[in-house]
Amino acid sequence: MATATDGSSVIKPDHAAGRKHFIFSQEHEDLRESMQSWVQKELWPHRNEWEDTYWPTSAMQRAGELGYLGLCFPEEYGGQGGDYFYSLVRAECMSYSGSGGTNMGFAVQTDMVLPPIHLLGTEEQKKVYLEPGLKGEKVGSLGITEPGAGSDVAAIRTTALLDGDEYVINGSKTFITNGPRADFIVLVCKTDPEERHAGITLFVVDLRDENGELVPGFTVSAELEKMGMHASDTGELAFDDVRVPASAVLGEVGKGFYHIAWELQGERLVAAAGCHAGAERMIEKTLEYAKEREAFGRPIGKFQAIRHKFAEMATKTEAAKQFTYSTAWRFGNGEYPVREITMAKLYASRICCEVADDCVQILGGYGYMKEYEIERAYRDARLNRIGAGSDEVMLDVIGRSYGL
Amino acid sequence: MTVVKDSGARSMLPPFGEEHEELRQTVARFVAAEIGPHVDEWEAAREFPRELYGRCAELGFLGLKFPERYGGQGGDHLHDAIWVEELARSGGSGGVAAGLNAHASIALPPIFNFGTEQQKQRWLVAGIAGEKIGALGITEPGAGSDVAGIATRADRVDGGYLVNGSKTFITNGVRADFLVCACKTNQEGGHGGISFLVLERQMPGYEVAAKLEKMGWHSSDTGELAFTDVEVPAENLLGEENGGFKLIMANFAWERLLMAIGAVGAMQRLIEVTVAYALEREAFGRPIGKFQAIRHQVAEMATKAEASRALTYNALRLFHTGQDCIREVSMAKLVTQRAVLEIADQSLQIHGGYGYMREYGIERAVRDARLGPIGGGTDEVMKEILGKTMGL
Repeated sequence: MATATDGSSVIKPDHAAGRKHFIFSQEHEDLRESMQSWVQKELWPHRNEWEDTYWPTSAMQRAGELGYLGLCFPEEYGGQGGDYFYSLVRAECMSYSGSGGTNMGFAVQTDMVLPPIHLLGTEEQKKVYLEPGLKGEKVGSLGITEPGAGSDVAAIRTTALLDGDEYVINGSKTFITNGPRADFIVLVCKTDPEERHAGITLFVVDLRDENGELVPGFTVSAELEKMGMHASDTGELAFDDVRVPASAVLGEVGKGFYHIAWELQGERLVAAAGCHAGAERMIEKTLEYAKEREAFGRPIGKFQAIRHKFAEMATKTEAAKQFTYSTAWRFGNGEYPVREITMAKLYASRICCEVADDCVQILGGYGYMKEYEIERAYRDARLNRIGAGSDEVMLDVIGRSYGL
Repeated sequence: MTVVKDSGARSMLPPFGEEHEELRQTVARFVAAEIGPHVDEWEAAREFPRELYGRCAELGFLGLKFPERYGGQGGDHLHDAIWVEELARSGGSGGVAAGLNAHASIALPPIFNFGTEQQKQRWLVAGIAGEKIGALGITEPGAGSDVAGIATRADRVDGGYLVNGSKTFITNGVRADFLVCACKTNQEGGHGGISFLVLERQMPGYEVAAKLEKMGWHSSDTGELAFTDVEVPAENLLGEENGGFKLIMANFAWERLLMAIGAVGAMQRLIEVTVAYALEREAFGRPIGKFQAIRHQVAEMATKAEASRALTYNALRLFHTGQDCIREVSMAKLVTQRAVLEIADQSLQIHGGYGYMREYGIERAVRDARLGPIGGGTDEVMKEILGKTMGL
């Protein structure tokens, strides 16, 4: 306890105690060190090449081999048995890849596709999807959004209708990360098209057979070109009488909306962590430049206008980080702080975009050039204010939490 | 599995814990009963009654973080933080908070931290008891953020110092019984030439030159002080001669942190008041809060407030555990002072005409909040400090 003590000793910092956040233990820090160095050694060197080729599935297998995909999953399924906070460590470490697309592809696997299978799946489903998923041997995707329904999940039109003891799936999904390469998908369907929320059911659907061929009735109708996230494959998927057994239902029939609403929470917080970590990387890179680049006889960082820009960027990034950590602390301790999670996601994704823009500005002409990679970070960052719930949806959720 | 619903239940965010709840509620009850109802009257009078110090002392609020042997409660900085946050949250005005805290949290700590036992007996004990009111005097007409540029000088004479100069913008300056005052004690001046002397109002040559009128903080008195050949005995030197800069730095961290914490409380109050108004006030056939534009505005305010809280509590945690925290404290000060001003302005907008009227207290909140980005180190000074921590 730091009861104020006599004498001037009050201002002496105790460096020995460390300044790390209380949600992280030494084990988290050790993992952070090893994973970060792996990302820097094995992902970062390829960041430019993967913009043209997508990140290779072999990279995910390698992450699986090293145990990084299964950090927060139980050992019985091949995970490491760590707590929720490891998912933040992972997101922060991935920021060193320099490739938003790669980070997104991995995060879809570890934070969007596999968690619901772990929590809602049958033992059989866990064996077939979770175990190989954690090894990186099977790549998953999550199918919610449709051409006509994004934030308004209840308006989806993809149907899964019972025919004998099988469900027949018809419809299309779009903006699906990992969609073109995925082996399976967690698919949000209407099992009762008359209902809105109550008609929604989740399925785990194989998209490819053991030979890697697309299953009958399923096609990747388009690989989408995007503003950023070029290292990630994004698909428009079509389901035309795709037949799945009743055992493909994930969780309970008619409860899919609630399952998804739950699932989005953990994902949003991880997205927020990715944003503050991404902002930190951009600031580091730009700071290096500002100390080197001279104009009017001195490094540009020594001009007050630029110095204050850095102060602003660092401050909002730190605020986002602390917001995410304290909310994660609540979440990890069994609270369900939807309001704060939503706020943290909104705040972090915005500051990430603002920081990206300021960094481009500080780098000037170089910032606009591909070589310096800030323009890419800018393009990559922009998705955060749309994906995993747009800013406007976040604001609505927050406002409604106050009864408005 | 069952779906977990957000029940709204939240545990106390560290560094606070359940053990702080009782103090929080005590403060809330006190403010609601004994401060809130009088704020308008005190604002108009341009000061709150001096007896309020005595009442706060009686309840132990002035000595929360000081040891019992000086009449304090033997608590720590977290207790002080609770007091400051709750004072703002439960409706104390900016001026009341400023007057109470300029004494207990800004003038007394240097005496406790740097004073001799005799000095503590004289000023700290009386201060904690609410019998003597203190103020801290650093800013001058010609030197604010640039502390090293102060001109008030204390020349060594037989038995002590002769002080000449002036101080301005001094909270409690008009009513203070003693002033913890920064003076230049050598010719070169600068960081190595500053000393702190405790000046007392009855000393000949010590004069309250003006009671200043301000944009906000009306219930606190703000003074301009003039010193003409004030004889100050050597025993009133606080800390080492020429060692005053250390005292300033030690004080700044806590002062800025307190400002951040007060803002966190004030923001929460503004949001509570605004939500209640938006749900009650109808326009075009429904409560205005049910319009998306208002709903989103409130969401923006609340997000800003909670981000501020997370940043501030982390800085407080570092401070409390003795970690290096200049960066985090500066960030918290910068973010919160702006955030509370923006939120107060948004609240005024949502309240419309009522917001502009004195009765609702919102226009006062805006005026009070405007000092934040200036007092305790301006936004620009915060950014200079932060730039330096980044090697710029």
